[in-house]
Amino acid sequence: MSKKQVYIYKGFERFWHWMQAILIFFLAFTGFEIHGTYSFFGYRDAVRYHNVAAYMLIGLIVFTIFWHLTTGEYKQYLPTLKNIKAQLDYYIFGIFRNAPHPTKKTVLSKLNPLQKLTYFGLKILVIPLSVTSGLLYMFYRYPSKQGVSAINIQSLEFIAIFHTVAAILLIVFIVTHLYLITTGETVTSNLKAMLTGYEELEDEDKAEKNVNEKNLSTQNLD
Amino acid sequence: MKKIVFILALLGLIIVLIVGTLSQKDTEPTTLMKLKEKYSEKEKPSVDHSKFAILQQKFTSPQQVTEACESCHNMTAHQVMNSNHWNWEREEFVQGRGVIYLGKANAINNFCIGTQGNEGSCAKCHIGLGMDEKRTIFTDPKNIDCMICHDNTETYAKAPEKGGAPLTTLDFTKIAESVGKPKRSNCGVCHFYGGGGNNVKHGDLEMSQFEPSKDIDIHMASDGMNLQCVDCHTTKQHNIAGKVYSLSSMNHNRVTCEQCHTATPHKDDILNEHTLKVACQTCHIPTYAKGNATKMYWDWSTAGKLKNGEPYVEEDSMGNHSYMSIKGSFVWEKNVKPDYIWFNGTASHYLEGDKIQDTTKPLVLNQLHGSYADDESKIYPVKIHTAKQPYDPVNRILIQPKLYADKVGEGAFWKDFNWQKAAEVGMKDAGLPFSGKVSFIKTEMYWPVNHMVASKENTVQCNECHTKENSRLAGLKDFYMPGRDYSAIVDTGGKWLLILTIIAVLIHGTIRFYSYRKNKKEVSK
Ligand code: HEM
Repeated sequence: MSKKQVYIYKGFERFWHWMQAILIFFLAFTGFEIHGTYSFFGYRDAVRYHNVAAYMLIGLIVFTIFWHLTTGEYKQYLPTLKNIKAQLDYYIFGIFRNAPHPTKKTVLSKLNPLQKLTYFGLKILVIPLSVTSGLLYMFYRYPSKQGVSAINIQSLEFIAIFHTVAAILLIVFIVTHLYLITTGETVTSNLKAMLTGYEELEDEDKAEKNVNEKNLSTQNLD
Repeated sequence: MKKIVFILALLGLIIVLIVGTLSQKDTEPTTLMKLKEKYSEKEKPSVDHSKFAILQQKFTSPQQVTEACESCHNMTAHQVMNSNHWNWEREEFVQGRGVIYLGKANAINNFCIGTQGNEGSCAKCHIGLGMDEKRTIFTDPKNIDCMICHDNTETYAKAPEKGGAPLTTLDFTKIAESVGKPKRSNCGVCHFYGGGGNNVKHGDLEMSQFEPSKDIDIHMASDGMNLQCVDCHTTKQHNIAGKVYSLSSMNHNRVTCEQCHTATPHKDDILNEHTLKVACQTCHIPTYAKGNATKMYWDWSTAGKLKNGEPYVEEDSMGNHSYMSIKGSFVWEKNVKPDYIWFNGTASHYLEGDKIQDTTKPLVLNQLHGSYADDESKIYPVKIHTAKQPYDPVNRILIQPKLYADKVGEGAFWKDFNWQKAAEVGMKDAGLPFSGKVSFIKTEMYWPVNHMVASKENTVQCNECHTKENSRLAGLKDFYMPGRDYSAIVDTGGKWLLILTIIAVLIHGTIRFYSYRKNKKEVSK
């Protein structure tokens, strides 16, 4: 099997990824201060920073949606049920036996099926939940006073709780994500790829011939 | 090029911090600057009363002074006699009762209880020149006490227990020639001493405000803006704006912070948004009773103890009365954090003769209305004064005892120390039934805290309310407040989900590490 340095994450993608990572981490940090879990910036500043970071995240999301639509990259995230079991098997068994990754990472398909499902879930459920509940939180008005009367909601409680749920899910995601970064070809290869854009992948031409059942399951590996 | 994207993204964080920090520039809002300018201007009166011949005569009685005043101000008596300062009552609409006339004249409080039958003593704080138990004074314009409000010499003083008549030793001519707009001292002699001593009632109005420092009161500070009471309590034809909710129930003729400061006085939008649900006072008056202690608890049930047949007095560590034979036991507090309630500007009252529904719970004498769901309500700071006061357990009504009399034997508690007798005479004066039994019941009164506004630096900070522990608003449970409230299910569930995830990751990682070493060994074999 021959390997080749492949340019897999484009500049914008990497920028988006790191910007989003930092913003979400920062939002979580300030958010849980607002939540009363600890105090660090002081309540007032935590609120202020949380709001600014929230606006930036929304801006970033808008750009990113635009980028994904115009470049067609969104297709990377369309989930597929194919090979999910193989991927799960890999994380539960194969990974300990030094088995190869069951799905091949290519420029056209850089996410494995589990990633697709998770990121699809994040993008369709958790982040929208976080952003909409966050925006409602921001523009929430007390019963029938000022502002947009359509969002006069009787109680902040639901909004706040949904927002907190989304925040917790995001943190759980971050923890898992940080760990799974280390499960690439080598411990650091995924991280390097997201920093530089390049990753050592199987040579596309030859790899094509190599796609076979063997790679997709762990059965024949012992 | 390699790390440049990462650095670019880091820039994002830096932008957040910069924008966040820049947006907290604390400049003074223009409204505040304009207000300061407006109230710094010294007002020049348009006449000098000392030049009027009619005031240069030798006055021998306060009534003569009043007549002299009224000879020029010939429409004024009518205004004054329509005011609640004169009538000790005003028209109020109370839900479920309709229109009533409520005021000092007929109200029951949980301090000295009520004025009826006690006019000789209580009317020291009436703007008349001598009230008796029959209250004949109310029809005679000669008996208006102009000087109590308009004396600018700060020497005018009412005599004790003379129904509102002044000391006879005063230089009325000098006082009459000095008259002008009321100053803090004019209002303060009554309003600072309500309840029979300094700061007994309000907690936020007391003698340190004659000449307060900025620490006590940012508005009235004599080294600051030096505002007088009537600067805010604006007056039209002797009808003074503002009222206290021990005696009023309607949301009108109030004095508000907004009338000067507007409803959105802050530079910060998030703070301005708070004003929809939080009254200015809530953040801007972190503590009251800053100069001297205020009375928080009054227990009438211990009154009447004598030493060697004589009434006596005991003091607490701050030098305030902790026991008086004539009044019972007290608890005083200084620098008190207010309680907080929802309040929409309306109140209902216990009126004399009302049946007490539930004698096991504290009886609230002035219930302030409001709730989170009511869009007229805001969170207000209040002083809650609790007491144990006499009631008739058979008729289930509060007792209006006779407290004051000149002489022993008229049934007055302060002379005879006999509850049965004082209740009997007092209830007769008030025209109420009395069963002959006296018991004591816990009562509460709510006093909104409006004065002793702190400087900007000393306002209540975000995390004094937005916190899980000891939130100032811990008592207001009918709404969700960020930082204080949370869903226990979500928080505990979230905590465990996170813990389990971390454990799973650790286990997975450990197994991976060992199997990696094993595999390597096998390969090398
Ligand atoms: C565009 C997205 C977001 C918006 C518009 C937003 C907005 C808000 C707002 C308005 C608040 C209430 C406090 C305040 O007044 O500032 C809040 C609270 C909070 N935010 Fe966000 N936020 C966003 C994203 C996030 C993210 C990504 C996280 C965490 C990963 C997060 C975590 C939290 C938490 C934990 C709270 C406290 C909730 C509570 O205790 O009630 N937020 N957010």
